[in-house]
Amino acid sequence: MFKRFLASREAILLGAVLILLALVAIRFPAFIAPANLANVFNDTSPLIILALGQMIVILTKCIDLSIAANLALCGMVVAILNVAHPDLPVIVTLVVATGLGTILGAINGLLVWKLTIPPIVVTLGTMTIYRGTIFLISNGKWVNSHEMSAPFKAFSRQILLGLPVLSWIALAVVATFAVLLTRTTLGRAFYAVGGNPHAAVYAGLNVGRTQFLAFAIAGALAGLTGYLWVSRYAVAYVDIAGGFELDVIAACVIGGIAISGGIGSVGGLVLGALFLGVIKNALPVVNISPFWQLAISGAAIVIAVAFNARSSRTKGRIILKSAEVAA
Amino acid sequence: MSPLPKAAPLPPVLALDGVTKVFPGVRALSEVSLALYPGTVTALVGENGAGKSTVVKILTGIYQPDGGAIRVDGQPATFPTAQAAADAGITAIHQETVLFDELSVAENIYLGHAPRGRFGLIDTAAMHRKAAEILHSIEADIDPATPLRDLGIASKHLVAIARALSIDARVVIMDEPTAALSHKEITELYDLVDKLKQQGKAVLFISHKFDEIFRIADRYTVFRDGQFVGDGAIADVTQSQLVQMMVGRSVDHIFPARAKAPGAEVLRVVGYDHPTEFADIGFSLRRGEILGFYGLIGAGRSEFMQALFGITRPSKGAIRIDDKVRVIRSPADAVANGIVYVPEDRGKQGAITALPIFQNVTLPSLGKTSRSGFLRLAEEFKLARDYTARLDLRAASLDQPVGNLSGGNQQKVVIAKWLATQPKVIILDEPTKGIDIGSKAAVHEFMAELAAQGLAVIMVSSEIPEVLGMSDRVIVMREGRIVAEVSGDQMTPETLVRHAAGIGED
Repeated sequence: MFKRFLASREAILLGAVLILLALVAIRFPAFIAPANLANVFNDTSPLIILALGQMIVILTKCIDLSIAANLALCGMVVAILNVAHPDLPVIVTLVVATGLGTILGAINGLLVWKLTIPPIVVTLGTMTIYRGTIFLISNGKWVNSHEMSAPFKAFSRQILLGLPVLSWIALAVVATFAVLLTRTTLGRAFYAVGGNPHAAVYAGLNVGRTQFLAFAIAGALAGLTGYLWVSRYAVAYVDIAGGFELDVIAACVIGGIAISGGIGSVGGLVLGALFLGVIKNALPVVNISPFWQLAISGAAIVIAVAFNARSSRTKGRIILKSAEVAA
Repeated sequence: MSPLPKAAPLPPVLALDGVTKVFPGVRALSEVSLALYPGTVTALVGENGAGKSTVVKILTGIYQPDGGAIRVDGQPATFPTAQAAADAGITAIHQETVLFDELSVAENIYLGHAPRGRFGLIDTAAMHRKAAEILHSIEADIDPATPLRDLGIASKHLVAIARALSIDARVVIMDEPTAALSHKEITELYDLVDKLKQQGKAVLFISHKFDEIFRIADRYTVFRDGQFVGDGAIADVTQSQLVQMMVGRSVDHIFPARAKAPGAEVLRVVGYDHPTEFADIGFSLRRGEILGFYGLIGAGRSEFMQALFGITRPSKGAIRIDDKVRVIRSPADAVANGIVYVPEDRGKQGAITALPIFQNVTLPSLGKTSRSGFLRLAEEFKLARDYTARLDLRAASLDQPVGNLSGGNQQKVVIAKWLATQPKVIILDEPTKGIDIGSKAAVHEFMAELAAQGLAVIMVSSEIPEVLGMSDRVIVMREGRIVAEVSGDQMTPETLVRHAAGIGED
């Protein structure tokens, strides 16, 4: 069992993250102090939550390019709502953000399911539409910190048992997804639909509906993160989380989620996101320029994909009967 | 008997001389020989795994032999690339033609060697004219300007043959060319092979079907487990001698004996209509019965089965299961009502190779092994263990991805998956297409066992011996309608072919 873990992608990723931390610690030992690691985790939390949403979409052989635009639109809506009604309880804000995100994700899902438009085209379109909508409802203006109510801003930063609420929410989403993907029929359907859509149809699964649900769940997480993001940074504008969808997809790819669908684990994904999070937080500390940061993230993606391609190729088919029993 | 005049006088145009090919762990070919003569059709015969496709790949420059020699006109030659083989005048027509759907017929024929006009640009007019000439010479009624995607499989074969002629091929390799063709199209292909012979081409014909081999081949070469077994003139050999060489033992393909005592009616279909695919389909099916569906490719059999299984919707019609009216709107409904469908293309539509064995087996049965959306892994493993054990599946662990299994074991996983749903009716679409004789017998045995256990089996098959050997009754479809239902003494090859082809009694 342990031997199998050592050979798995998760173990290799974990090793990569640890080596990265060790290298940074040589130059800057304070980086690996528990308090700082907690900060890094908190900083990576939005990426983890969004990447989990993207992961189930990719598992079903789709992709959601609109996930960051969805986040930004939901963040702007709750920011404007907060300005108009400063006394609204945070729970209402959470429901509005998550609900709106679900609807936006469901729109993607419906277009993919009912009109069978390729997901990359659908979400490229909705990405632009959602961003444009932010401009329309905000007239291009910023919602600044002083306009937001105190509880609205405090929610994501409140410390509970030593960690900010943002971190706790990320941990809760990770736990929920671990159960969803390994212990529920819906999770199984995500893998089956992406692994072989034809076989899934014959097994009685509704491929389009499963993809729709993946988009809707990803949308819900984007909406939720939209509020957390605006609350944490205490600002909302048209371009928040601009280009973040690419970080999210990068985390999925590094985490071993196959772009062709049907393969990937929650553990791998979290490590993929943490890998990016550590790079982003550590490199400035050790005085490496942001341009190198981009290059290193990019190299990590290429290496991860090359590695995935290699590991799936070397297996080959087992034709010899003796080899089959040994496998 | 007079000696054959064809093969004797001319030397082989292409020959393999003691060729060996080794893959890691497998000796695919061991010192095999093969000779192809001009104006002669040579059938390459062997079970799956005998090395036939390796030979094709060596002849077309895709694999390099590890030992022995290739000779063209008696001179040693090497084919380091596919282009080198093409330059030597060797062309292959594959089971699934490798042509380009988005290009026109003429472009496909002349891809890579199109006639050039001024400035080295492609002379489209000349290309179309020459393509039309070649198509005319093989009596193919195809407009060279048609996009290839608008053609059926048979016409695509014609285009592939026209391409072979356009590069002045001297050797034409046909790898199971009739696998996807209807009866009429096969006859046309035979005529074409005769024409190639008259033009002095050497033809290598690879096929599983003995009637074909005896119809068009002049010579045969038999391989078994990567070794040369024998060759000679077709006229000097009988079918059973050939089979014996092929399998190394005498196999009369005997279909399993079955007690013919069907039980109560389990399924009744009444007046199933579809706007474009089939009309007025009605029949009844009893427990323990095997009902054959025969027809030419494109007769609407698979299309009807897909509607019965809920993948497509009929516009009209009703079904009764165990004498209760049921409506099937989706495959999930069908599975819930005890109907399962094992599709023809098991590779593509069967297993999910990235998922472990147990998850593949339980996929259609998740309703039973879960409570309100949450899986019960212990129950899943039990179900998977029960049904894989029944099929004698060899695997280290049920946790291992199906992609790591051999083809035969992957098929067992797919069948276990369907049996685990405890169906009443199982639809098998071309259950033995493209598999070797040994595996065929195993599948037939297994079908008989299922029927004996009280399952009702619908078998869609285009192979007459199989239909006649396995079925209690046969329904013949033609052009989307049932044209005959035969049983008992009426079940003869002639009746089936007549009804399927729409030929009346004399």
